[in-house]
Amino acid sequence: MSASFGAFLPTLVRRERGSLAATLLAPPIALAVATILNLGLYVLMGRDPAAVVYAMLLEPLLSWASFSEVLLKAGPLLLIAQGLAIGFRAKVFNIGAEGQFILGAIFASAIPVWFPQATGQWIWPVMLLLGAAGGALWASLTAFWRVRLNANEILVSLMLSLVAAQLLNYLLLGPWKDPNGFNFPQSVMFQYDAMVPLLIPGTRVNVSLLLTIVLSIAAWIFMQKSFIGYKLKVGGLAPRAAGYAGFNQGWAIWLCLLIGGCAAGLAGAAEVAGPLGQLQRSISTGYGYAAIIVAYLGGLHPIGIVFSALIMAALYIGGDNAMVSANLPIAAVRVFQGSLLAAYLIAVAFVRYRLEWRRLAYRSQA
Amino acid sequence: MNGIEFILAGMLAAATPFLLAALGELVVERAGVLNLGVEGLMAFGAVLAFIIVYHGGGHLLGFVAAGLGSAALSLVFAVIAIGFRANQVATGLAIGILGQGLSALFGKTYESLTVKGLPKLAFPWLSEIPIFGRLFIQDAVVWLSLAATFAIWAMFAHTKTGLVVRAIGENPKAAHAIGYSVIAVRFAAAAFGGAMAGFAGAYAAVVYTPLWADGMIAGRGWIAIALVVFGTWLTGRIFLGACLFGAVSLMGLAAQATGLDVPSQLLASLPYLVTIVVLGIISADRRLLKLNGVASLGEPFEH
Repeated sequence: MSASFGAFLPTLVRRERGSLAATLLAPPIALAVATILNLGLYVLMGRDPAAVVYAMLLEPLLSWASFSEVLLKAGPLLLIAQGLAIGFRAKVFNIGAEGQFILGAIFASAIPVWFPQATGQWIWPVMLLLGAAGGALWASLTAFWRVRLNANEILVSLMLSLVAAQLLNYLLLGPWKDPNGFNFPQSVMFQYDAMVPLLIPGTRVNVSLLLTIVLSIAAWIFMQKSFIGYKLKVGGLAPRAAGYAGFNQGWAIWLCLLIGGCAAGLAGAAEVAGPLGQLQRSISTGYGYAAIIVAYLGGLHPIGIVFSALIMAALYIGGDNAMVSANLPIAAVRVFQGSLLAAYLIAVAFVRYRLEWRRLAYRSQA
Repeated sequence: MNGIEFILAGMLAAATPFLLAALGELVVERAGVLNLGVEGLMAFGAVLAFIIVYHGGGHLLGFVAAGLGSAALSLVFAVIAIGFRANQVATGLAIGILGQGLSALFGKTYESLTVKGLPKLAFPWLSEIPIFGRLFIQDAVVWLSLAATFAIWAMFAHTKTGLVVRAIGENPKAAHAIGYSVIAVRFAAAAFGGAMAGFAGAYAAVVYTPLWADGMIAGRGWIAIALVVFGTWLTGRIFLGACLFGAVSLMGLAAQATGLDVPSQLLASLPYLVTIVVLGIISADRRLLKLNGVASLGEPFEH
């Protein structure tokens, strides 16, 4: 095996047990690799890498004002990613959270748009509930198509996201456009009672962050401690075994999609009833897609996802900084997100495999 | 020009981005690999072609750059998903996001700029038929993509290469045992699929609507993946499906031209809605999917 002649090829050899060290090291290593690759790209683009590092990676953490914005951004990412991760564990690939988020925002906006004069402390909680229902409703279309019509949930949920974006445009250019809004595609500003109360004075962080943390704990209990969570995980790891054990696959798909839809819809509602205060065209900035990366980077584990949501949120805020101070297009954030997930997927391969240098021996091993 | 003539005239050109990308994905999936990054691969090819054509490099060079660039990006997918045996769904999404991000980054300074498209070439004799003759007046890329459709059909139906690719998608262990390199063939298929997605993006950006805008691929890469399912992994049916989607994407324009009072957002969602409906109809027939489906699709190969 260790003879040092002939052509050697790197070969992945399956470990008998997954490596805990690799599990824990994969996200930080992926972050480091993605950072180096992207800095290289910025240098090629003629930017000063030190300025980008400062603006993108350090500045978001250096002042309470910008860190509170990181917390604000982390909220929706965390919420959506927790919902998606439950599905991903069960091999239900809902990648339409973007559309479910938009529908949640639309459903929640119905109250302030239709009843702009309404007052009372009941308004924002009802809006959040409506948002969750809207997201679940949109996801239920995917669930129906998947379970009853056997259609691929990846494609259907994605197509529904594109439809949702058009629906939002339609409302904002048509029936829901603010008549006094100088023709901007946005709804009226919401009244005071339609806004989620602030949690930390002097910042824009509101009570929905608390809700998100509570739901993250609920996700942890659900996935790690409950029998249903266990059934979902078994269904994802060994669908046939789950079938023999009497676990109903169709039921699991419905459950996963509804949980994911509720979470994304809630996040959409919290966004319009929180920092935005109105329904706008740019309510999402790609949360639904970024949350997919957050879910994987967190190892699909409720606790890991908390950390990866914070990293991704910092990246968003850092991207805004870099746009101003290092003249870097905001698209750089998307490139960073994509390369981060790519690097993570390679890093995580070392959980299950170790690299060995083996002699090129093709036919003999077959 | 009435509605039917309008659709006949534009259908094949509108179908070309779907067709090229779907043919590429067909070869990838036949080899047992699910690459969901098509949308990003198309966007990356589109921006590369646009930049080259805009700076006077010409359409040929633009297409070459798009093909090579997207093939290279697709090889990154191959390294992660085939080499490192990562989850193919997640890897495809990563490459898709990366490709879209790179296209937005590189295309930033070209936003809303235009280039010159390609001239239409009339097929002699046939193009003079009334009404249907319009089908035979197309640009060179449309003619080439028809040739590519035929070539890929012939490859799978009549060549050993086609047989090997299919064997590797059906039963990689058996193909490995008789001495074929599953990994090498899958890498090659991924590169080919990437190049085709790059051509598809280039066509969208420098021929079909010769202008650059971020997000201009607008879901066509995803529809192309759906087309492979619609076509139940058969070349001829994928071609018909692409024509259907070419016609559907023109129906919005046709309806607006006739002054039909339908919200433009509904017309813009038409291709997505049709995808959802057709996907439901085709998938409901499980036997049909099983018959031509690829047995090892999406599963990493380990020996």
